[in-house]
Amino acid sequence: MSAVSATTERVSLGSRLWSLLSSRETGIFLALLLVVVATTVRNPAFLFSPDGWRDMLLTPSIVAVVAIGQAVVIITRSVDLSVGSIVGLTAYLVGTLFVAMPGFPVPLMFAVGIAFGALLGLVNGALIAFGKVPAMVITLGTLYAFRGINVAWTGSNRINASDMPDDFLALGTQQILTIPVLTILAMAILVVVGWYMANTRGGREFYAIGSDPDAAELYGLAKTKRVLVAFVASGAASGLGGVLFAARYGTINSQVGDGFELQAIGAAVIGGVAIVGGSGTVLGAVLGAYLLLTINRALPVLGIPDFWQRAVVGALIIGAIILDRVLANRQAKRLLAERVSA
Amino acid sequence: MDGQSTPTLELRDVSKSFGAVVALRDAQLTMYPGSIHALVGENGAGKSTLVKIMAGLYARDTGTFQMEGKPVEFRTTAEAKAAGVAVIYQEPTLFPDLSVTENVFMGRQPVGRFGRIDRAAMRAEVVELMTRLGVAIDPDRPAEGLSIADQQIIEIAKAISLDAKALIMDEPTAALSGVEVERLFAVARSLRDEGRALLFISHRFDEVFALCDTVTVMRDGSYVSTTPIADTDVASIVRMMVGRDVTELFPKVAAEIGRPLLEVTGLTQPGVFQDISFQVHSGEIVALAGLVGAGRSEVARAIFGVDPYQTGTVTIDGKALPAGKPSASMKQGLALVPEDRRKQGLVIDATVASNITDAIRGTLTRGGLITTGAENAAARVWARQLEVKTASLDAVVGTLSGGNQQKVVLAKWLAANPKVLIIDEPTRGIDVGTKSEVHRRMSELAGMGLAILMISSELPEVLGMADRVLVMREGHLTAAIDRASATAENVMFAATHSGEEVQ
Repeated sequence: MSAVSATTERVSLGSRLWSLLSSRETGIFLALLLVVVATTVRNPAFLFSPDGWRDMLLTPSIVAVVAIGQAVVIITRSVDLSVGSIVGLTAYLVGTLFVAMPGFPVPLMFAVGIAFGALLGLVNGALIAFGKVPAMVITLGTLYAFRGINVAWTGSNRINASDMPDDFLALGTQQILTIPVLTILAMAILVVVGWYMANTRGGREFYAIGSDPDAAELYGLAKTKRVLVAFVASGAASGLGGVLFAARYGTINSQVGDGFELQAIGAAVIGGVAIVGGSGTVLGAVLGAYLLLTINRALPVLGIPDFWQRAVVGALIIGAIILDRVLANRQAKRLLAERVSA
Repeated sequence: MDGQSTPTLELRDVSKSFGAVVALRDAQLTMYPGSIHALVGENGAGKSTLVKIMAGLYARDTGTFQMEGKPVEFRTTAEAKAAGVAVIYQEPTLFPDLSVTENVFMGRQPVGRFGRIDRAAMRAEVVELMTRLGVAIDPDRPAEGLSIADQQIIEIAKAISLDAKALIMDEPTAALSGVEVERLFAVARSLRDEGRALLFISHRFDEVFALCDTVTVMRDGSYVSTTPIADTDVASIVRMMVGRDVTELFPKVAAEIGRPLLEVTGLTQPGVFQDISFQVHSGEIVALAGLVGAGRSEVARAIFGVDPYQTGTVTIDGKALPAGKPSASMKQGLALVPEDRRKQGLVIDATVASNITDAIRGTLTRGGLITTGAENAAARVWARQLEVKTASLDAVVGTLSGGNQQKVVLAKWLAANPKVLIIDEPTRGIDVGTKSEVHRRMSELAGMGLAILMISSELPEVLGMADRVLVMREGHLTAAIDRASATAENVMFAATHSGEEVQ
């Protein structure tokens, strides 16, 4: 919660340092570090081989982008289950366009993918904001609907790397100063969205609506608009995720992005975005994505059987939620105590 | 009132209906700058509706609404706020996860380049506001965990930083302690001296007289009067509040009063109700009167065992009831018809028959199974007895009218053959015709030897139905009045006045 606690511009350096150290993001980062160190001790190639370093940064970046969008939605007290299907549909659209027009400019393809994802997000948002139907229900519906369209459109077809331009695919593996381009992209989005969420009226209104929707109504905040924007943002992030997926893996069938929704929600929750809305940061969600996927990669190295890997992920999510609860209770008690002593 | 400066806020002949229910008829309210205006009336007199119209939550049906001489039309709370109307609710609604500073400025934060919020400026202003209001609230702490009083202070800080011209306080003192009330009043007076117009809604007359300079009385959605505080007194305000004809609208047929069936002794739950003792006899209807929030429903729920109590005893027909066990209470013959029947009294999507047999389901099973036939047979008896108007016993309860829903709840409990019936707001939301029918039924039930405890906020109902009237005020029993000597005035007085008890 560094971004939230950073509300205090004039507090002393000491208490600022303390709030930085005690923040949820720091905790997740330390856990991530621990996993990396432990695994690297077991097998130095996990970090120190060129591929190891690259994979560690690269593998989680697509989920991280999707999780940024998801975090914005969860902060407004909603959830977007359709992100995986949006990733899949966008990836296939990207591949199909390249097959039809091999010379399609790459930057324009990014714009098309993001716009298409945003459009699908708009469908979600409009149904939820104007239809006043719970997001869980609508996005569960569109999860299947978007995937169904994808399957109907793709069939048993598949788009291969050879169908796409080389400079596009190169993006998926290129590195600048050993940092993968995809990771740099994800970080750029993190910085922009993170700054927006912490420092603008619009960003803070997402938090306000998630914190207490009824109060938001009384404050006269534009709730409908904000909810709509959150889902469009999540759709756009997933659309970008689809483009990145196509660039990274080069092979696109009808099942691309399957299960991304759970990884994205899991990442956000592990990263301290409260599932009931109103608190958490997109930085936490990104760190959560890195922790989740790094653990996934580390478990085989540590010799943990396949069977247990999903259970570990599950335990991580439950652990994160319990931690949230405990911290929230402690905070509530502390605040109450402060009030009594004041 | 003429000849003064331009009113800050003026409502004339405002009416508002919700479907067939008329909430406001011809409300009038004029607030002047530099004045604290009291708005009083019984529950349901239309005060809250009027506030919501001023706050931009409701649109009025007819009438005029002016601010500083210019007509205004609020479609949203944001518009009302922008025009300078701030409302402080009894239970403020803040964002628990956000800091005090963010709560004060949400939706209108000062922004710099690229839309960046100027946090330093925001914080500085909140620090200044808190100093001015004379309170020590850390501007950086989250709103979660703040006392109601502190939350109200934040609402007031918000209003000041908005430079609100009209400040409406809807029962702000209901949840405050004495010291907190004093602090609030000091703040209110200083705002008045700055030339703002304040509206103060309260049921506590001592507060109204201590703080306000003018009082407007409302009754049944209509305007009654506006008087300078100096020219009136509690007795005449109460008379204006209740001043309707309380005739024998709700006649209770005299029944033979038998042995005490419900005995409550020294029931106490700190902060909720204190030392509640009374008896209800067979054949008797006892009304528990008082204002909303006086603790009446809480006492009922504690007796039934849904809510806890710390000390005291409850006995049914001489046998002590264990605390906190509704199933034991039901077994010993106690039934509770709750206030919010749609949520607590009925399974709204289930059939009439299954609702009526809800409380006796255990006795209907054969080999662990319930047949619709057995259910209908058991339900038919009571549906007929109470004349529930429904197409069939298989009709879904949600489709029935309010009065018939209430009869289904009654039938459900009567099927369990209780000795004592506690009924909370028996006729809330029921049309006048069905009302008297529900009353007739209750009277019949008393005649059959039931002991009935009726919680009601409607004075005519209390005076018409009850053999005895118990009055609660802020968690205490303040009066016990016999049918013969109960009047609207003495019941209302006991419900609102902190002075000595009325006998």
